[in-house]
Amino acid sequence: MSRYFTDEHEWIDVEGEIATVGITDYAQEQLGDIVFVELPAEGATFAKGDDAAVVESVKAASDVYAPLSGEVVEANTALEDEPALVNSDPEEDGWFFKMRIADTSELEGLMDEGAYKKFVASL
Amino acid sequence: MTATEDVLPIEEELPLEKLPLDAWHRAQGARMVGFAGYEMPIQYEGIMAEHAWTREHAGLFDVSHMGQIGFSGEGVDAALETLLPSDIKGLKPFRQRYSMLLDEEGGILDDLMVARPGDGAFDDAAIYMVVNGATKYDDMGWMIEHLPDEVVMNHMADQALVALQGPEAGEALATLVPGTADLFFMQCGAFEWNGVALWVSRSGYTGEDGFEISIPGDAVEAFAQALCALPQVKPIGLGARDSLRLEAGLPLYGHDLDPRVSAIGADLGFAIQKRRREEGGFIGHARVVCELADGPGSRRVGLSIEGRLPAREGASIYAGDVLVGEVTSGGFAPTVGAPIAMGWVSTPHAAVGTPLSIEVRGKRIAAEVAAMPFVQHKYHRPKS
Repeated sequence: MSRYFTDEHEWIDVEGEIATVGITDYAQEQLGDIVFVELPAEGATFAKGDDAAVVESVKAASDVYAPLSGEVVEANTALEDEPALVNSDPEEDGWFFKMRIADTSELEGLMDEGAYKKFVASL
Repeated sequence: MTATEDVLPIEEELPLEKLPLDAWHRAQGARMVGFAGYEMPIQYEGIMAEHAWTREHAGLFDVSHMGQIGFSGEGVDAALETLLPSDIKGLKPFRQRYSMLLDEEGGILDDLMVARPGDGAFDDAAIYMVVNGATKYDDMGWMIEHLPDEVVMNHMADQALVALQGPEAGEALATLVPGTADLFFMQCGAFEWNGVALWVSRSGYTGEDGFEISIPGDAVEAFAQALCALPQVKPIGLGARDSLRLEAGLPLYGHDLDPRVSAIGADLGFAIQKRRREEGGFIGHARVVCELADGPGSRRVGLSIEGRLPAREGASIYAGDVLVGEVTSGGFAPTVGAPIAMGWVSTPHAAVGTPLSIEVRGKRIAAEVAAMPFVQHKYHRPKS
Protein backbone atom coordinates (compact mmCIF):
# COMPACT_ATOMS: atom_id res chain seq x y z
CA MET A 1 0.00 0.00 0.00
CA SER A 2 1.31 3.45 -0.80
CA ARG A 3 0.28 6.77 0.66
CA TYR A 4 0.04 9.94 -1.40
CA PHE A 5 -0.65 13.55 -0.42
CA THR A 6 -2.21 16.53 -2.20
CA ASP A 7 -1.36 20.19 -1.76
CA GLU A 8 -4.96 20.58 -0.50
CA HIS A 9 -3.90 18.54 2.56
CA GLU A 10 -5.61 15.27 1.74
CA TRP A 11 -3.95 11.89 2.11
CA ILE A 12 -4.73 8.93 -0.13
CA ASP A 13 -3.94 5.30 0.60
CA VAL A 14 -3.96 3.20 -2.55
CA GLU A 15 -4.57 -0.52 -2.38
CA GLY A 16 -5.23 -2.06 -5.79
CA GLU A 17 -7.91 0.03 -7.43
CA ILE A 18 -9.32 1.38 -4.13
CA ALA A 19 -8.19 4.69 -2.65
CA THR A 20 -8.95 5.69 0.96
CA VAL A 21 -9.10 9.46 1.43
CA GLY A 22 -8.75 11.62 4.53
CA ILE A 23 -7.33 14.95 5.62
CA THR A 24 -3.87 15.30 7.09
CA ASP A 25 -2.87 15.97 10.66
CA TYR A 26 -1.71 19.41 9.54
CA ALA A 27 -5.18 20.11 8.09
CA GLN A 28 -7.09 19.05 11.19
CA GLU A 29 -4.74 21.13 13.32
CA GLN A 30 -5.48 24.17 11.14
CA LEU A 31 -9.23 23.58 11.23
CA GLY A 32 -9.48 23.17 14.98
CA ASP A 33 -12.32 21.32 16.69
CA ILE A 34 -14.36 19.47 14.10
CA VAL A 35 -18.07 19.24 14.86
CA PHE A 36 -19.59 17.83 11.68
CA VAL A 37 -18.49 15.96 8.57
CA GLU A 38 -20.69 15.73 5.49
CA LEU A 39 -19.74 12.60 3.55
CA PRO A 40 -20.45 11.64 -0.06
CA ALA A 41 -23.08 8.99 -0.81
CA GLU A 42 -21.97 5.52 -1.82
CA GLY A 43 -22.08 5.31 -5.62
CA ALA A 44 -21.43 9.02 -6.15
CA THR A 45 -18.92 9.67 -8.92
CA PHE A 46 -16.41 12.47 -8.91
CA ALA A 47 -13.94 13.99 -11.29
CA LYS A 48 -10.62 14.96 -9.75
CA GLY A 49 -11.05 18.30 -7.97
CA ASP A 50 -14.83 18.06 -7.42
CA ASP A 51 -16.25 18.92 -4.01
CA ALA A 52 -16.57 15.53 -2.33
CA ALA A 53 -17.12 16.25 1.38
CA VAL A 54 -17.48 19.12 3.80
CA VAL A 55 -15.82 19.38 7.17
CA GLU A 56 -17.24 21.84 9.70
CA SER A 57 -15.15 23.14 12.54
CA VAL A 58 -16.55 25.33 15.31
CA LYS A 59 -15.75 28.38 13.25
CA ALA A 60 -15.83 27.45 9.57
CA ALA A 61 -16.98 25.06 6.87
CA SER A 62 -14.30 23.70 4.51
CA ASP A 63 -14.62 21.69 1.31
CA VAL A 64 -12.74 18.48 0.80
CA TYR A 65 -11.99 17.81 -2.86
CA ALA A 66 -11.90 14.47 -4.61
CA PRO A 67 -8.15 13.95 -5.06
CA LEU A 68 -8.78 11.50 -7.91
CA SER A 69 -11.59 10.69 -10.34
CA GLY A 70 -13.70 7.71 -9.43
CA GLU A 71 -16.72 6.25 -7.69
CA VAL A 72 -17.32 6.33 -3.94
CA VAL A 73 -17.56 2.77 -2.63
CA GLU A 74 -17.76 3.49 1.10
CA ALA A 75 -18.08 6.47 3.44
CA ASN A 76 -16.77 6.42 7.00
CA THR A 77 -20.06 6.48 8.88
CA ALA A 78 -18.19 6.49 12.20
CA LEU A 79 -17.61 10.21 11.56
CA GLU A 80 -21.34 10.88 11.71
CA ASP A 81 -21.42 9.88 15.37
CA GLU A 82 -17.95 11.07 16.25
CA PRO A 83 -16.69 13.87 13.97
CA ALA A 84 -13.90 14.57 16.48
CA LEU A 85 -12.19 11.38 15.19
CA VAL A 86 -10.83 13.66 12.46
CA ASN A 87 -9.00 15.59 15.19
CA SER A 88 -7.89 12.64 17.27
CA ASP A 89 -6.88 10.22 14.51
CA PRO A 90 -6.90 12.08 11.18
CA GLU A 91 -4.64 9.77 9.23
CA GLU A 92 -6.15 6.44 10.33
CA ASP A 93 -9.64 6.04 11.91
CA GLY A 94 -10.63 9.54 10.81
CA TRP A 95 -10.66 8.64 7.08
CA PHE A 96 -13.50 10.15 5.02
CA PHE A 97 -14.31 7.83 2.11
CA LYS A 98 -13.01 5.07 -0.17
CA MET A 99 -13.23 5.37 -3.93
CA ARG A 100 -12.62 3.12 -6.94
CA ILE A 101 -9.91 4.85 -8.93
CA ALA A 102 -10.98 5.63 -12.51
CA ASP A 103 -7.59 6.63 -13.83
CA THR A 104 -4.41 5.58 -12.02
CA SER A 105 -2.36 8.06 -14.08
CA GLU A 106 -3.86 10.78 -11.82
CA LEU A 107 -1.65 9.44 -9.02
CA GLU A 108 1.35 10.85 -10.82
CA GLY A 109 2.11 14.31 -9.58
CA LEU A 110 0.83 13.63 -6.06
CA MET A 111 3.36 13.98 -3.24
CA ASP A 112 4.84 11.23 -1.13
CA GLU A 113 5.22 11.68 2.62
CA GLY A 114 8.66 13.28 2.41
CA ALA A 115 7.57 15.78 -0.23
CA TYR A 116 4.41 16.63 1.75
CA LYS A 117 6.42 17.23 4.93
CA LYS A 118 8.65 19.64 3.02
CA PHE A 119 5.57 21.30 1.52
CA VAL A 120 4.02 21.83 4.97
CA ALA A 121 7.29 23.14 6.38
CA SER A 122 7.33 25.74 3.62
CA LEU A 123 3.86 27.09 4.51
CA MET B 1 -9.34 21.45 1.14
CA THR B 2 -10.20 25.07 1.53
CA ALA B 3 -12.16 27.30 3.90
CA THR B 4 -15.41 28.36 2.25
CA GLU B 5 -16.68 30.39 5.10
CA ASP B 6 -15.26 32.06 8.14
CA VAL B 7 -17.00 33.63 11.10
CA LEU B 8 -14.09 35.94 11.73
CA PRO B 9 -12.83 37.09 8.36
CA ILE B 10 -10.10 39.56 7.61
CA GLU B 11 -12.29 42.59 7.20
CA GLU B 12 -9.86 45.12 5.83
CA GLU B 13 -7.31 45.17 3.04
CA LEU B 14 -5.03 47.53 4.94
CA PRO B 15 -1.84 46.13 6.48
CA LEU B 16 -2.63 44.61 9.85
CA GLU B 17 -1.44 46.45 12.94
CA LYS B 18 -0.08 44.93 16.12
CA LEU B 19 -1.60 45.53 19.55
CA PRO B 20 0.34 45.72 22.85
CA LEU B 21 -0.16 42.05 23.75
CA ASP B 22 0.88 40.75 20.31
CA ALA B 23 4.21 39.20 21.33
CA TRP B 24 2.71 37.83 24.54
CA HIS B 25 -0.10 36.08 22.64
CA ARG B 26 2.44 34.44 20.33
CA ALA B 27 4.54 33.34 23.31
CA GLN B 28 1.40 31.69 24.77
CA GLY B 29 0.98 29.71 21.55
CA ALA B 30 -1.84 31.72 20.02
CA ARG B 31 -2.81 31.37 16.39
CA MET B 32 -3.12 34.92 15.08
CA VAL B 33 -5.59 36.12 12.44
CA GLY B 34 -6.57 39.47 10.94
CA PHE B 35 -9.58 41.05 12.61
CA ALA B 36 -10.75 44.68 12.60
CA GLY B 37 -7.42 45.76 11.15
CA TYR B 38 -5.27 44.05 13.79
CA GLU B 39 -3.54 40.76 14.25
CA MET B 40 -5.56 39.05 16.96
CA PRO B 41 -5.45 35.66 18.71
CA ILE B 42 -8.21 33.41 17.40
CA GLN B 43 -7.33 30.43 19.57
CA TYR B 44 -4.68 28.95 21.84
CA GLU B 45 -5.37 25.28 22.66
CA GLY B 46 -8.69 25.05 20.78
CA ILE B 47 -12.05 26.77 20.72
CA MET B 48 -14.01 24.00 22.49
CA ALA B 49 -11.54 23.74 25.39
CA GLU B 50 -11.25 27.52 25.74
CA HIS B 51 -15.02 27.95 25.64
CA ALA B 52 -15.48 25.32 28.35
CA TRP B 53 -12.68 26.83 30.47
CA THR B 54 -14.40 30.23 30.41
CA ARG B 55 -17.76 28.73 31.40
CA GLU B 56 -16.13 26.84 34.31
CA HIS B 57 -13.22 29.03 35.44
CA ALA B 58 -11.99 32.39 34.09
CA GLY B 59 -10.81 33.35 30.62
CA LEU B 60 -8.64 36.34 29.75
CA PHE B 61 -9.61 38.01 26.46
CA ASP B 62 -7.65 40.73 24.69
CA VAL B 63 -10.12 43.27 23.29
CA SER B 64 -7.60 46.06 22.81
CA HIS B 65 -8.78 46.51 19.21
CA MET B 66 -11.94 48.11 20.55
CA GLY B 67 -12.16 51.89 20.65
CA GLN B 68 -11.92 53.63 24.01
CA ILE B 69 -13.06 57.23 23.94
CA GLY B 70 -13.30 59.88 26.65
CA PHE B 71 -15.67 62.86 26.41
CA SER B 72 -15.44 66.07 28.39
CA GLY B 73 -16.50 69.69 28.15
CA GLU B 74 -19.55 71.74 28.90
CA GLY B 75 -22.89 70.19 28.06
CA VAL B 76 -21.43 66.77 27.31
CA ASP B 77 -24.46 64.85 28.60
CA ALA B 78 -26.96 66.82 26.54
CA ALA B 79 -24.72 66.66 23.47
CA LEU B 80 -24.33 62.88 23.72
CA GLU B 81 -28.09 62.52 24.13
CA THR B 82 -28.47 63.94 20.61
CA LEU B 83 -26.49 60.91 19.32
CA LEU B 84 -27.33 58.11 21.74
CA PRO B 85 -30.91 56.94 22.39
CA SER B 86 -30.06 56.09 26.01
CA ASP B 87 -30.48 58.10 29.19
CA ILE B 88 -27.07 59.73 29.66
CA LYS B 89 -28.16 62.55 31.99
CA GLY B 90 -29.50 59.96 34.42
CA LEU B 91 -26.37 57.81 34.30
CA LYS B 92 -24.90 57.91 37.82
CA PRO B 93 -21.18 58.12 38.58
CA PHE B 94 -19.51 54.70 38.39
CA ARG B 95 -22.35 53.22 36.35
CA GLN B 96 -22.29 51.84 32.81
CA ARG B 97 -24.96 51.34 30.16
CA TYR B 98 -25.32 49.55 26.84
CA SER B 99 -26.20 51.92 24.02
CA MET B 100 -26.03 52.44 20.26
CA LEU B 101 -25.27 55.03 17.63
CA LEU B 102 -28.20 55.33 15.21
CA ASP B 103 -28.25 56.98 11.80
CA GLU B 104 -30.99 59.31 10.46
CA GLU B 105 -33.06 56.34 9.28
CA GLY B 106 -32.78 54.65 12.66
CA GLY B 107 -30.25 52.08 11.40
CA ILE B 108 -27.56 50.93 13.83
CA LEU B 109 -24.10 52.43 13.18
CA ASP B 110 -22.57 50.70 16.20
CA ASP B 111 -23.38 49.27 19.59
CA LEU B 112 -21.32 50.40 22.54
CA MET B 113 -20.87 50.79 26.29
CA VAL B 114 -21.09 54.19 27.93
CA ALA B 115 -19.96 54.91 31.49
CA ARG B 116 -19.68 57.86 33.84
CA PRO B 117 -16.34 57.65 35.67
CA GLY B 118 -17.11 60.20 38.41
CA ASP B 119 -15.08 63.38 38.88
CA GLY B 120 -11.52 62.92 37.71
CA ALA B 121 -11.67 59.17 38.31
CA PHE B 122 -10.49 58.16 34.83
CA ASP B 123 -8.38 60.42 32.64
CA ASP B 124 -10.57 63.46 33.45
CA ALA B 125 -13.29 62.04 31.20
CA ALA B 126 -16.88 63.00 32.08
CA ILE B 127 -18.09 60.11 29.94
CA TYR B 128 -16.13 57.01 28.85
CA MET B 129 -17.23 54.98 25.86
CA VAL B 130 -16.13 51.64 24.40
CA VAL B 131 -17.03 51.03 20.75
CA ASN B 132 -16.34 48.17 18.34
CA GLY B 133 -12.89 47.94 16.81
CA ALA B 134 -13.94 47.66 13.17
CA THR B 135 -16.16 50.75 13.44
CA LYS B 136 -14.21 52.97 15.84
CA TYR B 137 -12.84 55.43 13.28
CA ASP B 138 -16.22 55.74 11.53
CA ASP B 139 -17.87 56.26 14.93
CA MET B 140 -15.42 58.98 15.86
CA GLY B 141 -15.95 60.70 12.50
CA TRP B 142 -19.71 60.57 12.97
CA MET B 143 -19.47 61.94 16.50
CA ILE B 144 -17.03 64.75 15.60
CA GLU B 145 -19.45 65.78 12.87
CA HIS B 146 -22.45 65.85 15.21
CA LEU B 147 -21.06 67.03 18.55
CA PRO B 148 -20.72 70.74 19.39
CA ASP B 149 -17.23 72.28 19.65
CA GLU B 150 -17.52 72.53 23.44
CA VAL B 151 -17.41 68.75 23.72
CA VAL B 152 -13.89 67.35 23.54
CA MET B 153 -13.43 63.78 22.34
CA ASN B 154 -10.26 61.92 23.31
CA HIS B 155 -9.39 58.65 21.58
CA MET B 156 -7.55 56.77 24.34
CA ALA B 157 -5.40 54.94 21.81
CA ASP B 158 -2.66 54.17 24.37
CA GLN B 159 -5.03 52.19 26.59
CA ALA B 160 -5.25 48.42 26.24
CA LEU B 161 -8.50 46.63 27.12
CA VAL B 162 -8.78 43.10 28.48
CA ALA B 163 -11.80 41.13 29.65
CA LEU B 164 -11.70 38.53 32.42
CA GLN B 165 -14.81 36.35 32.14
CA GLY B 166 -16.20 33.34 33.94
CA PRO B 167 -17.46 32.15 37.33
CA GLU B 168 -13.98 32.40 38.90
CA ALA B 169 -13.22 35.86 37.43
CA GLY B 170 -14.30 37.64 40.62
CA GLU B 171 -12.04 35.74 42.99
CA ALA B 172 -9.16 35.79 40.50
CA LEU B 173 -9.21 39.54 39.94
CA ALA B 174 -9.68 40.23 43.67
CA THR B 175 -6.38 38.50 44.46
CA LEU B 176 -4.56 41.07 42.29
CA VAL B 177 -6.87 44.05 42.63
CA PRO B 178 -8.64 44.12 46.02
CA GLY B 179 -11.96 45.91 45.96
CA THR B 180 -13.06 44.82 42.51
CA ALA B 181 -15.21 42.08 44.07
CA ASP B 182 -17.48 44.81 45.48
CA LEU B 183 -18.63 45.83 42.00
CA PHE B 184 -21.95 44.57 40.70
CA PHE B 185 -22.90 44.07 37.05
CA MET B 186 -22.60 47.33 35.08
CA GLN B 187 -20.80 49.14 37.90
CA CYS B 188 -17.31 50.49 37.34
CA GLY B 189 -14.48 52.18 39.18
CA ALA B 190 -10.85 53.26 39.33
CA PHE B 191 -8.41 50.78 40.88
CA GLU B 192 -4.67 50.27 41.03
CA TRP B 193 -2.39 47.31 40.41
CA ASN B 194 1.36 47.60 41.13
CA GLY B 195 1.12 51.36 40.85
CA VAL B 196 -0.69 51.14 37.51
CA ALA B 197 -4.05 52.89 37.18
CA LEU B 198 -6.89 50.57 36.10
CA TRP B 199 -10.43 51.37 35.03
CA VAL B 200 -12.56 48.32 35.79
CA SER B 201 -16.19 47.63 34.90
CA ARG B 202 -18.11 44.50 35.87
CA SER B 203 -19.27 43.62 32.39
CA GLY B 204 -18.28 41.66 29.33
CA TYR B 205 -19.76 39.92 26.34
CA THR B 206 -19.84 36.23 27.19
CA GLY B 207 -22.93 36.01 29.43
CA GLU B 208 -20.66 35.12 32.35
CA ASP B 209 -19.83 37.23 35.36
CA GLY B 210 -16.65 39.15 34.66
CA PHE B 211 -14.80 42.38 34.15
CA GLU B 212 -13.45 44.63 31.46
CA ILE B 213 -10.23 46.33 32.45
CA SER B 214 -8.70 49.34 30.75
CA ILE B 215 -4.96 49.61 31.43
CA PRO B 216 -2.11 51.57 29.82
CA GLY B 217 -0.74 49.60 26.87
CA ASP B 218 2.79 49.56 28.30
CA ALA B 219 1.58 47.76 31.46
CA VAL B 220 -0.83 45.25 29.96
CA GLU B 221 1.68 42.47 29.29
CA ALA B 222 2.79 42.32 32.93
CA PHE B 223 -0.87 42.41 34.00
CA ALA B 224 -1.87 39.62 31.61
CA GLN B 225 1.09 37.59 32.83
CA ALA B 226 0.07 38.10 36.48
CA LEU B 227 -3.54 37.12 35.73
CA CYS B 228 -2.55 33.99 33.83
CA ALA B 229 -0.24 32.95 36.66
CA LEU B 230 -3.41 32.47 38.74
CA PRO B 231 -4.79 28.93 38.68
CA GLN B 232 -8.26 30.12 37.58
CA VAL B 233 -7.11 32.03 34.48
CA LYS B 234 -6.14 31.04 30.95
CA PRO B 235 -5.89 33.20 27.83
CA ILE B 236 -8.84 32.72 25.47
CA GLY B 237 -9.06 33.60 21.77
CA LEU B 238 -11.63 35.38 19.65
CA GLY B 239 -13.04 32.06 18.41
CA ALA B 240 -14.38 31.16 21.84
CA ARG B 241 -15.41 34.75 22.48
CA ASP B 242 -17.67 34.43 19.46
CA SER B 243 -19.22 31.10 20.49
CA LEU B 244 -19.72 32.35 24.07
CA ARG B 245 -21.47 35.55 23.01
CA LEU B 246 -23.66 33.62 20.55
CA GLU B 247 -24.78 31.26 23.33
CA ALA B 248 -25.42 34.35 25.48
CA GLY B 249 -27.75 35.68 22.75
CA LEU B 250 -25.70 38.86 22.38
CA PRO B 251 -25.61 40.46 18.92
CA LEU B 252 -22.30 41.08 17.16
CA TYR B 253 -21.88 44.28 15.20
CA GLY B 254 -21.18 43.76 11.49
CA HIS B 255 -22.96 40.41 11.64
CA ASP B 256 -26.24 40.59 13.59
CA LEU B 257 -26.33 44.38 13.60
CA ASP B 258 -25.61 46.88 10.84
CA PRO B 259 -27.18 50.05 9.38
CA ARG B 260 -30.01 48.04 7.75
CA VAL B 261 -31.10 46.93 11.20
CA SER B 262 -33.31 48.89 13.62
CA ALA B 263 -32.96 49.10 17.38
CA ILE B 264 -36.43 47.75 18.17
CA GLY B 265 -36.24 44.96 15.59
CA ALA B 266 -32.84 44.04 17.04
CA ASP B 267 -34.53 43.63 20.44
CA LEU B 268 -32.35 46.39 21.88
CA GLY B 269 -35.25 48.53 23.07
CA PHE B 270 -34.02 48.02 26.65
CA ALA B 271 -31.20 50.45 25.85
CA ILE B 272 -33.73 53.21 25.12
CA GLN B 273 -35.12 54.35 28.45
CA LYS B 274 -38.68 55.65 28.84
CA ARG B 275 -37.79 59.34 28.97
CA ARG B 276 -35.81 59.10 25.74
CA ARG B 277 -38.58 57.19 23.94
CA GLU B 278 -41.06 59.89 24.93
CA GLU B 279 -38.91 63.00 24.56
CA GLY B 280 -36.84 61.92 21.60
CA GLY B 281 -34.17 64.42 20.64
CA PHE B 282 -31.76 61.84 19.23
CA ILE B 283 -30.91 60.88 15.67
CA GLY B 284 -33.07 57.96 14.58
CA HIS B 285 -35.91 58.65 17.04
CA ALA B 286 -38.62 58.67 14.34
CA ARG B 287 -37.96 55.02 13.46
CA VAL B 288 -37.93 54.00 17.12
CA VAL B 289 -41.31 55.70 17.74
CA CYS B 290 -42.79 54.16 14.64
CA GLU B 291 -41.61 50.65 15.47
CA LEU B 292 -42.67 50.91 19.11
CA ALA B 293 -46.18 51.74 17.87
CA ASP B 294 -46.52 49.43 14.88
CA GLY B 295 -43.83 46.82 15.47
CA PRO B 296 -40.76 46.30 13.30
CA GLY B 297 -40.99 44.50 9.96
CA SER B 298 -38.41 41.94 10.99
CA ARG B 299 -36.78 40.83 14.18
CA ARG B 300 -33.54 39.39 15.45
CA VAL B 301 -34.24 35.89 16.75
CA GLY B 302 -32.41 32.87 18.10
CA LEU B 303 -32.64 29.61 16.19
CA SER B 304 -32.22 26.10 17.51
CA ILE B 305 -31.23 23.65 14.80
CA GLU B 306 -32.07 19.99 14.47
CA GLY B 307 -29.18 17.60 13.94
CA ARG B 308 -25.50 18.48 14.04
CA LEU B 309 -24.95 20.45 10.83
CA PRO B 310 -24.23 24.11 11.69
CA ALA B 311 -25.98 26.89 9.76
CA ARG B 312 -23.65 29.82 9.18
CA GLU B 313 -23.94 33.52 8.48
CA GLY B 314 -25.70 34.19 5.17
CA ALA B 315 -27.81 31.02 5.10
CA SER B 316 -31.42 31.60 3.96
CA ILE B 317 -34.30 30.97 6.37
CA TYR B 318 -37.60 29.62 5.05
CA ALA B 319 -41.14 29.20 6.38
CA GLY B 320 -42.39 26.44 4.13
CA ASP B 321 -41.24 27.55 0.68
CA VAL B 322 -41.23 31.26 1.51
CA LEU B 323 -37.93 33.02 2.14
CA VAL B 324 -38.45 34.85 5.45
CA GLY B 325 -34.97 35.74 6.65
CA GLU B 326 -31.26 35.14 6.91
CA VAL B 327 -28.83 33.72 9.44
CA THR B 328 -26.48 36.44 10.76
CA SER B 329 -24.38 34.36 13.18
CA GLY B 330 -24.25 30.64 13.48
CA GLY B 331 -22.08 27.80 14.57
CA PHE B 332 -21.69 24.92 16.93
CA ALA B 333 -22.48 25.86 20.52
CA PRO B 334 -20.06 24.00 22.80
CA THR B 335 -22.05 24.43 26.03
CA VAL B 336 -25.39 23.61 24.36
CA GLY B 337 -23.76 20.71 22.48
CA ALA B 338 -25.62 21.48 19.26
CA PRO B 339 -25.61 24.01 16.44
CA ILE B 340 -27.38 27.30 17.16
CA ALA B 341 -27.81 30.49 15.20
CA MET B 342 -29.03 34.03 15.32
CA GLY B 343 -30.79 35.67 12.40
CA TRP B 344 -33.36 38.09 11.09
CA VAL B 345 -36.84 36.89 10.19
CA SER B 346 -39.97 38.78 9.16
CA THR B 347 -42.11 39.50 12.22
CA PRO B 348 -44.95 37.02 11.54
CA HIS B 349 -42.38 34.21 11.83
CA ALA B 350 -40.46 35.57 14.82
CA ALA B 351 -42.41 34.07 17.73
CA VAL B 352 -40.55 31.57 19.91
CA GLY B 353 -41.43 28.05 18.79
CA THR B 354 -42.10 28.93 15.13
CA PRO B 355 -40.90 26.03 12.95
CA LEU B 356 -38.62 27.18 10.12
CA SER B 357 -36.01 25.65 7.87
CA ILE B 358 -32.53 26.84 6.92
CA GLU B 359 -30.83 26.11 3.63
CA VAL B 360 -27.30 24.78 3.99
CA ARG B 361 -25.52 23.73 0.78
CA GLY B 362 -28.80 23.11 -1.01
CA LYS B 363 -30.30 21.07 1.84
CA ARG B 364 -33.06 22.28 4.14
CA ILE B 365 -32.44 21.64 7.80
CA ALA B 366 -35.19 21.95 10.40
CA ALA B 367 -34.94 24.84 12.85
CA GLU B 368 -37.13 26.58 15.37
CA VAL B 369 -37.22 30.10 16.76
CA ALA B 370 -35.66 29.76 20.21
CA ALA B 371 -35.74 31.89 23.32
CA MET B 372 -32.44 33.63 23.98
CA PRO B 373 -30.07 33.41 25.72
CA PHE B 374 -29.24 29.81 24.82
CA VAL B 375 -27.12 29.64 28.00
CA GLN B 376 -28.40 31.56 31.02
CA HIS B 377 -26.54 34.75 31.93
CA LYS B 378 -24.66 34.66 35.23
CA TYR B 379 -24.17 38.37 35.82
CA HIS B 380 -23.26 39.40 39.36
CA ARG B 381 -26.26 41.43 40.50
CA PRO B 382 -27.27 42.62 43.98
CA LYS B 383 -29.54 40.17 45.79
CA SER B 384 -33.00 41.70 45.88
